[in-house]
Amino acid sequence: MANNNAPLLEMKNIQKSFYGNQVLNDINITLNEGDVLGLCGENGAGKTTLMKILFGMEEIAETGGYGGEICFNGEKVDFKSPFDALNAGIGMVHQEFSLIPGFTATENILLNREPLKRNVISEVFGDRLNTLNYNEMTGRAENAIEKMGFKIDPKMVIADMPVGHKQFTEIARELSKENLRLLILDEPTAVLTESEADALLQSIKSMSERGVAVIFVTHRLEEIMTVCNKVVVMRDGLVVMDTRAEDTDVKKITKAMVGRDVESVDNKSVGTDETAETIMSIKNLWVDMPGETVRNVSLDVKKGEILGIGGLAGQGKLGVPNGIMGLYEAGGTVVFKGNEIPLNSPRKCLDSNIAFVSEDRRGVGLLLDETLEWNIAFPAMQIQNKFLKKLFGGLIKWRDEKAIKEVTDKYIDELQIKCTSSKQKAKELSGGNQQKICLAKSFALEPEFLFASEPTRGIDVGAKSLVLEALRKLNKEKGVTVVVISSELEELRGVCDRIAIVSGGEVAGILPASKSSEEFGQLMVSKVI
Amino acid sequence: MKERIKNIIAEFGISRLIIVGFILFMFALAPVSGNKISTLLSNVANRFAWNGLLVLSMVPMIHSGCGLNFGLPLEIEAGLLGVTIAIEMGFTGNEAFLAALTIATPFAILFGTLYGFLLNKIKGGEMMIATYVGFSAVSLMCIGWVMLPFKNPVIVWGYTGKGLRTMISIENYYYEVLSGFLRFKLFGVTIPTGAILFFALIAFGIWAFLHTKTGTAMTAVGSNPTFAKAAGINIDRIRMLSVILSTWIAAIGIINYQQGFGYVQLYTAPYSMAMPAVAAILLGGASVNKASISNVIIGTILYQAIVTTTPNVINSLINLDISDVIRIIVSNGVILFALTRKIEEPKK
Repeated sequence: MANNNAPLLEMKNIQKSFYGNQVLNDINITLNEGDVLGLCGENGAGKTTLMKILFGMEEIAETGGYGGEICFNGEKVDFKSPFDALNAGIGMVHQEFSLIPGFTATENILLNREPLKRNVISEVFGDRLNTLNYNEMTGRAENAIEKMGFKIDPKMVIADMPVGHKQFTEIARELSKENLRLLILDEPTAVLTESEADALLQSIKSMSERGVAVIFVTHRLEEIMTVCNKVVVMRDGLVVMDTRAEDTDVKKITKAMVGRDVESVDNKSVGTDETAETIMSIKNLWVDMPGETVRNVSLDVKKGEILGIGGLAGQGKLGVPNGIMGLYEAGGTVVFKGNEIPLNSPRKCLDSNIAFVSEDRRGVGLLLDETLEWNIAFPAMQIQNKFLKKLFGGLIKWRDEKAIKEVTDKYIDELQIKCTSSKQKAKELSGGNQQKICLAKSFALEPEFLFASEPTRGIDVGAKSLVLEALRKLNKEKGVTVVVISSELEELRGVCDRIAIVSGGEVAGILPASKSSEEFGQLMVSKVI
Repeated sequence: MKERIKNIIAEFGISRLIIVGFILFMFALAPVSGNKISTLLSNVANRFAWNGLLVLSMVPMIHSGCGLNFGLPLEIEAGLLGVTIAIEMGFTGNEAFLAALTIATPFAILFGTLYGFLLNKIKGGEMMIATYVGFSAVSLMCIGWVMLPFKNPVIVWGYTGKGLRTMISIENYYYEVLSGFLRFKLFGVTIPTGAILFFALIAFGIWAFLHTKTGTAMTAVGSNPTFAKAAGINIDRIRMLSVILSTWIAAIGIINYQQGFGYVQLYTAPYSMAMPAVAAILLGGASVNKASISNVIIGTILYQAIVTTTPNVINSLINLDISDVIRIIVSNGVILFALTRKIEEPKK
């Protein structure tokens, strides 16, 4: 123990940017022994990034490291890898499981820290050939499971476990480490049933009584109120609230998270015109998109409306546009303006004048190594033969650089894209500006119907409102029917006329945007698988 | 001013500056070692004219994301079939050149289609597979050159009357049909005008193609295939087209090479063609999915300058024949160097 008076953990002025996109700004967090810190914030607020910095994940160093300093146990630390963090006594349970499916719980819990027995071969060839001491392993694993306070079978193979038990195995693994001082739980209850979640909260309490500090990242605010004694709320890379749990309540936290009064959403929508004709009718759609499986979606989109599709992550809302646009294998029927659109063929959709802004900006949305001109003009050139000069009676379709520059400059101006020139490479732009390029690309197609999938994911507030404003303008001025898919409900409520909630790969219900958050929330969890 | 010089250097690349410096150093040493600079320069000009098209054949496949074309030997076989069949059919003189180009074309399309079909099956591992495609094509054609029913006494082995010879002189066919055209001397340096014009013509064709709608799509497929797919492009079709185009340029490229070199080399000769072409385009500043015509021109000149001047100068200086050793070290060294460069991106 270096210094007993110093707090266990101090994070000072932490800063981090990805590719010029500032995701963390001047974060200060202090934590004492036995503290339970609830860390919350909307998607993309920077919670996970902050935890990755604390845990020394390699991707942080690979993307240029971070600014500021971290003191653990009174000493300044700079973790180069998770191993350093583990040695210092920090454990982390990730959103994604890191367990070996074919091993038992015991083996996973003590992986690489197994108690060993000497044998004849290892006497000759050295310690690496020692055999595992299974008796003692079972003992230690059971000990850790007991500490956790939730019973799981130590002999069960991970692959056979329900999701909740996998989560507990991870926690038990961290608890089995003797030197554990701080445990980070990144959205541990997202996959748990209610009773499992309660058990987890119990075990967090008992950990804290034993002097282990816990950082608890979650979206479920009630849980924070139950177990935490400190609450930190992050928004757009800033700490907007840092207080003791008894001084606050769920309402205040929510307000801090979304940065405005939740009930007074600024929606200029006039509501959907119920008599409007149906422009797109989706029937029994299934989409095989990994992590976003759509099982059976039927949905009618009215002409001229802005329809939102919301829902929890992994429930299939992203699968809907990706499936219709032919990027993932899909089945069912989609009728657009009276004609059935063949699925699994991006070209057919684009030919029908439907455009798509992908949620995967860097993977699908952009030609990162090409100029902004190419990015914006390319789909319109290929699909609608725009920006081409016809030579020799149309035999040769020559790129019309001048027209391309004109249209690019027009959108740079219109969407206030920050760049040095239209010849700049797309990868050099920040996230928000890249997103605007993606929008410009689909605007250049002059579509009748636009899917915008997570149009504001990972971009700053200023860019966010600009992007949403651009979508609204497109809808109002050009009469384009827009479908916005987003995991941020408040954002959908701000821009949409109606919102469909997808849960468990099906449409759980469609409500006008003016309904309360609670009603939407109930729909979101109604069919969760 | 300082800033501008810095920019120019960054644009050109430090590594290439070093190579240029090295070449200049070799030229400076030339008089000391008893080599005439004009002869060395003539060599470079000639070699550029022979090899330019083979290097150019890399461009379409790089653009469509099929990577560096290590399968060049396969494509060369198409050209060799064109030449041997043309001679077998009795074409002589300059007609044989045109006949060879014409006959090579359908073979190039056939080989390109098969090769493209294969490359579309193994996206992401193109370069590895291409290397082996090149190897197996050469081995297969080694059997082919023995077995195929060629009869013309000019090209078959004298003592059995069956099977093609390893080297066929084209002295009486189309030797220097292009290189000899409008050839002139400038300060003692011989410029093979015709061959350079032929290269320029094909290079212009590729440049123009890359400015058309389909050419743009090809570049986009190489840059980000998912983006292209989302924009309704049939990726497999574009890649196939790029492979056929590459194959055709390589096929006529080898015929062009022969008209300057003077011999048709069969059997295992195509093995040694892929590495120098790959090295040249990388040296010219191309990466695994970006290449321009200027990369081809600069790269071919730099590469040929190194492999022609260095051995000559060093041989004369140390009186020992190690030219081939140096050539191999240089060309493979350049490939190794250039491939390690490709992943380096400016970090922010």
